[in-house]
Amino acid sequence: MNVHDFLYYVILPTLTLSVLLVFYRFLRGPSLSDRVVALDLLITIGIGIIAVYAILTNQSSFLDIAMILALIAFLGTVAFSYYLEKREKNE
Amino acid sequence: MKSIILRTASNYLLPLLLLFSVFVLLRGHYLPGGGFIGGLVASIAFVLHAFAHGLRKAQRYFPIHPGFLMPIGLTLSLLSGFLPILIGDQAFLTGLWMADPLPVIGMVGTALFFDLGVYIVVVGVTLTIIFTISETA
Repeated sequence: MNVHDFLYYVILPTLTLSVLLVFYRFLRGPSLSDRVVALDLLITIGIGIIAVYAILTNQSSFLDIAMILALIAFLGTVAFSYYLEKREKNE
Repeated sequence: MKSIILRTASNYLLPLLLLFSVFVLLRGHYLPGGGFIGGLVASIAFVLHAFAHGLRKAQRYFPIHPGFLMPIGLTLSLLSGFLPILIGDQAFLTGLWMADPLPVIGMVGTALFFDLGVYIVVVGVTLTIIFTISETA
């Protein structure tokens, strides 16, 4: 089993399964914080998929996109937590 | 926000992200990247700083309101389009390139200045929108 087979038959199915599980948590999530964490995790798994795809297609420019996506996800989570904190103070 | 981890990290992230945005801007003519993405990354750097340190400290980096960056960038792009007419008697927006690439920067031409104008416009627009929203919220 070489690296390509390993990525195709082990890593990508694992990531796909985790996307489905996290998406279930995103839909169910009892509180808003659960949904924010699930959204952050969804984007992080997406970054993993992009990284695997960059290895498979031998295109390093996909990694830059993964980097920018990681930045935007981090900023989004920070902004969500900022406004969640603000809302708790107001109530 | 009173998180010391975020504050310390954002102090280092601001120059790093600005450097990355310049890298994306310079690479943009033949490879993925360019003025638009570079401007977005640069404005993300300032927005992150604004979240960590408050809006006032992020606005202190701009001696003028970021809205005034829009006409500056548009003028730069327009001038880079008029440059071939003025010196070479060629059509509007013809790409003029220097003969030899500069070290670090690479090939310099009118396309780079056009992209730089796009970069400045995108930074101005994004920061104007986000600063206005967070002032009123």
